[in-house]
Amino acid sequence: MADFSLWDILRNLLLALRWTVVLSLIAFIGGGIVGALLLFLRLRGGKAIGRVVGLYVQLFQGTPLLMQLFLAYFGIALFGIDVSAWTAASVALTLYTSAFLTEIWRGCVASIPKGQWEASGSLALSFGEQLRHVILPQAVKIAIAPTVGFLVQVIKGTALASVIGFVELTKAGSMISNATFQPFVVFSCVALLYFVLCFPVSLYAKNLERKSHGRRT
Amino acid sequence: MGAPIVRITALRKSYGTNEVLKGIDLDVKRGEVIAIIGKSGSGKSTLLRCVTGLEVFQEGSLTVDGKPLLHESAMAMRELRQRVGMIFQGFNLFPHLTVGKNVMLAPTLVKKRSSLEAASQARKLLTRVGLAEKFDAMPDQLSGGQQQRVAIARALAMEPAVLLCDEITSALDPELVGEVLRVVESLADEGMTLLMVTHEMSFARKVSDRVIFMHQGRVHEMGPPAELFGNPQTAELKQFLSSLHD
Repeated sequence: MADFSLWDILRNLLLALRWTVVLSLIAFIGGGIVGALLLFLRLRGGKAIGRVVGLYVQLFQGTPLLMQLFLAYFGIALFGIDVSAWTAASVALTLYTSAFLTEIWRGCVASIPKGQWEASGSLALSFGEQLRHVILPQAVKIAIAPTVGFLVQVIKGTALASVIGFVELTKAGSMISNATFQPFVVFSCVALLYFVLCFPVSLYAKNLERKSHGRRT
Repeated sequence: MGAPIVRITALRKSYGTNEVLKGIDLDVKRGEVIAIIGKSGSGKSTLLRCVTGLEVFQEGSLTVDGKPLLHESAMAMRELRQRVGMIFQGFNLFPHLTVGKNVMLAPTLVKKRSSLEAASQARKLLTRVGLAEKFDAMPDQLSGGQQQRVAIARALAMEPAVLLCDEITSALDPELVGEVLRVVESLADEGMTLLMVTHEMSFARKVSDRVIFMHQGRVHEMGPPAELFGNPQTAELKQFLSSLHD
């Protein structure tokens, strides 16, 4: 049995860290796009569409991310489509993220006073113009802080992708710990790396929140 | 005078089982200034909001400049709303845009004006409401009265044929009411068609050609201001007018 130095452990974890980052980015960008589409549908579409999107949100918020990953990994395979852990994790995390983001953003849009819709509407702006020039510029300001805050949840959520065999930080950690028999050291490093990734993001979110509150009062 | 600019026929509107407008008939002639008075809950604001399509009505018809109001058609609504301007009690300026941009937004988007053209028009309109120097200010730097005057300039930028004013001085401190009313009066003098819901009785009396007293979702009494205020016919109007002096 070869000896593993702390640097060996860290080096291998750092290599795996990039997949955590990539998966987080996929989830966030994919989830952002899907979430924005859902938001648009919810605002534009009638009651029926609103209810369907609402149900979608409830489904993803009301079930563990772990189950969603399992279902994506084993469920898609049932249709005879061969899914890699990559695809399954990307799909599950994208859908999960989209559900949360669309709900956060809906709240932000709803917090814009009704008078803004009425004033822009009575100036003959179309729905798209109202959204783009009047509502969203105001809603985005409110949305930035909670959105960045949610990014932290997504980063930590990617750890669950390890259970379907996706080799990111957590999975790499358990593999290394199996080889080194030093689980405490290894998982301490894993935790530290998550912290290093998440802490600046939450700090940034808090900063943004303070700024936007300061502007308002 | 020609055909009426706004024609409202047998208009009924209800929220669920609560009928707020119980059959309104009203023709507004071009250049006419109409004041709508009445207790709160009498349906006067709802009537105004129906004219610009902010409220959907269930029965009756409404035409502006001969064009019927069709809620289902986005195109028709866009057409109609270019003819009807609306000013709100709460100003509703766009807080993220400068005063100038507030005025320029709709003309550049809807009328496809160049920003140069729109800017020079905006400056002209802001001068007209006495706020030429506020072009680059943000709305929250202005007093309520100034904000409301910007809102008037913003509505005028679309060159509407009718201007609807929904209790536009009710949210203002008393000392700021005058500056807004003076602007409205100058518009009336220039021949703008105005349909305004107001609690400023002396203003209504001075400026309007016709006063409408609404009561429980109906036009209860209507006539020239001198007649309506001087010689009210119905008990409800008498009671309403005397309640104002308490």
